[in-house]
Amino acid sequence: MKKALSLVLTAALAASFVMSASAAEVIKIGGIGPVTGPAGIYGSSVKNAMEIAVDEVNAMGGDIQFELQFEDDTHDAEVSVNAYNTLKDWGMQILGGTVTTNPCIAVGSEAVADNMFLLTPSASSQDVIDTGDNIFQVCFTDPNQGLASADYISSQNLGTKIGVIYNSGDAYSTGILNTFLAKADELGLDVLEPQAFTDDNSTDLTTQVQACKDGGADLIFLPIYYTPASQILKAASDMDYEVKFFGVDGMDGILDVEGFDTSLAEGVMLLTPFVATATDDATVAFVEAYKEKTDGQIPNQFAADGYDVVMALYKACTEAGITADMSASDVCDALKEVFTSDSFSVDGLTGSGMTWDASGAVSKAPHGMVIENGEYQPMD
Amino acid sequence: MAKNKKMKKTTRSNLLMFGFVIIFWAVIQLISLTGHMTSKLNGLLIPVCAYMIMAISLNLVVGFLGELSLGHAAFMSAGAFVGIFFYTTVGAALPKAAAVLISFIMGGAAAGLFGLIVGVPVLRLSGDYLAIVTLASGEILKNVLSALYVGKDSAGIHVSLKDQFSLGLAPDGKMLVKGAMGIPGIQKFSNFTVGIVLILITLAYIVNLKNSRAGRAITAIRDDEIAARATGLNLTHYKLTAFVSAAVFAGFAGVLYALNYSSLVADKFDYNLSINVLVMVVLGGMGNIFGGMIAAILLTILPEMLRGFSQYRMFIYSIVLIVMMLFNQAPVLVAWRQRLVARIRGSKNAPEETVETADSSYFEEIREKNSDDSAKEGK
Repeated sequence: MKKALSLVLTAALAASFVMSASAAEVIKIGGIGPVTGPAGIYGSSVKNAMEIAVDEVNAMGGDIQFELQFEDDTHDAEVSVNAYNTLKDWGMQILGGTVTTNPCIAVGSEAVADNMFLLTPSASSQDVIDTGDNIFQVCFTDPNQGLASADYISSQNLGTKIGVIYNSGDAYSTGILNTFLAKADELGLDVLEPQAFTDDNSTDLTTQVQACKDGGADLIFLPIYYTPASQILKAASDMDYEVKFFGVDGMDGILDVEGFDTSLAEGVMLLTPFVATATDDATVAFVEAYKEKTDGQIPNQFAADGYDVVMALYKACTEAGITADMSASDVCDALKEVFTSDSFSVDGLTGSGMTWDASGAVSKAPHGMVIENGEYQPMD
Repeated sequence: MAKNKKMKKTTRSNLLMFGFVIIFWAVIQLISLTGHMTSKLNGLLIPVCAYMIMAISLNLVVGFLGELSLGHAAFMSAGAFVGIFFYTTVGAALPKAAAVLISFIMGGAAAGLFGLIVGVPVLRLSGDYLAIVTLASGEILKNVLSALYVGKDSAGIHVSLKDQFSLGLAPDGKMLVKGAMGIPGIQKFSNFTVGIVLILITLAYIVNLKNSRAGRAITAIRDDEIAARATGLNLTHYKLTAFVSAAVFAGFAGVLYALNYSSLVADKFDYNLSINVLVMVVLGGMGNIFGGMIAAILLTILPEMLRGFSQYRMFIYSIVLIVMMLFNQAPVLVAWRQRLVARIRGSKNAPEETVETADSSYFEEIREKNSDDSAKEGK
């Protein structure tokens, strides 16, 4: 009886899988990212921003109309591929995802096999775009952030002895560190032995800060996310260690850490493509719309990347003359041509005049920001 | 007479299991041939096969040996990394079929070896202690693999547990294993038939082992370790047989799983995965291989089925899990189901039903106890 019941249930489940997608008059854009789980904040930021952008595009009432379906992948490559397959069954023509790096590499190879155009907002590893020629990024690649940081520190003479604290278990952090060290070596910067931590021991980072202090560092480079960075700022303050800090885009969000004394972040420098307090019209309008949608949350850099994904796709679709009845593969070929053409550039929230090369990496200028009076101020 | 009937029952349930796997294969082929296959279903086939093998093999340790192992994902991980490392390096130069075959053998062997290394000291413990130590060894393997960098250049292979620079690769060098990023750029090989054949091999081995002399010894250890020792059984030998065999098949599952994706990261094989597999075994009924298989299928496709609920997906999944556990294991509902079955069959043959769903009443007790525990831990 139990077996028979199980069999019937299994059969019913299997049957519900077998169905076919229907045609539509709108261009179907898929999104994938972690909406639940420990990395849930990244996926939901991108999801909200993409929804805002799609609404804006559709409100313009042009020929290009988008429909967005966003699937959760819990930051797991297996689930991400399942989400991708779900979206394919739905009839997705363009993929605006995935949000996180490892899942994006797994989904990327599926997208290459299907010739599905993939524009990721925030999967920043070099491996993502190396997967194939139809994979493009809106964010900087990690290596580029490392290069830009070393360049910036060197050209602005920010420090004489540079300490580094990084997360050795994180692809993002190690990716930035690798090229930073190589470039710093080339530029003749004096860098101390990098101090590592992992997610499992990120609650107390005093040892790492102490090592930088003992080494005589007057600038600490932090290629990490803002939560452990807040621990480091606190540890430095607790040991009366006067030192400058330099972060990358993961540092964005440091002022919103719960229970963190933001005065500690005074003078922290960071390279980031987006600041929510910027006063240009596009940013102000976006922050306003985002707050309205999410009951007052401030959009982070992921959200801005997600918004730019949709806007870049909109511009490219217009230029390429994409219509809703085109197959995903035809759309991909057309978009690939537009994105890599010399004349194509997008002015987005995360940079003006963004262009792409054939590798899929974006080219845009990072902004150097410094925190003064609890707000980001441009550095130069 | 009674014994005879019971024998027939075992044979019948074994045939049912093999038959079920073959029918599963046939149905999928039919769906595929008639053009009704969706990408979603197609993408789930290999993970389903891998988790079925995981559930069947873990049943050997949890169900038959009666030891709670929380590190089954580690064996999957060991198999996957060794098999895939071979596949992406030496295997790239071989014909695909040979490369896949050797990867499976290497993956199984590596997982078996890891099982032996963990098993020898660990199987001196039992119960909760064993659970904790297997959990810890799984985490150790995960962390070591997450920190492992391997590169290759003209001077040979370089290995580091620190970072990419310590490798000192020449400019022509190629990274093979990239720490937290794992092994990228795997040439995918996903073949459902291979998965089904692996399930059948696993089933054949485990059903055979269960009915062999060694299998009797293993269940004797489960039922009463002191009595088993008193009769002169070599406990370490039989415990290791069960533990290492389970590890080997988990290794196969790992290779099968990893070949289905273009990259392999150690983070996937954490204690959550071990507990997931344990939940499959517990939900299917410990010691009930068929139930474990069904549970593996259900629990793998259920989260995907529930995508319509968007952000409430995992919440609904948890509730469904609790309901299924209660339906399967709660004494009141079990009794109700047995009465229902008895009424349908028109006779009071409840004892026979017990034979079918579980192997002994002792088993019912630990099953209840553990299903409570693991339900808590799983969440």
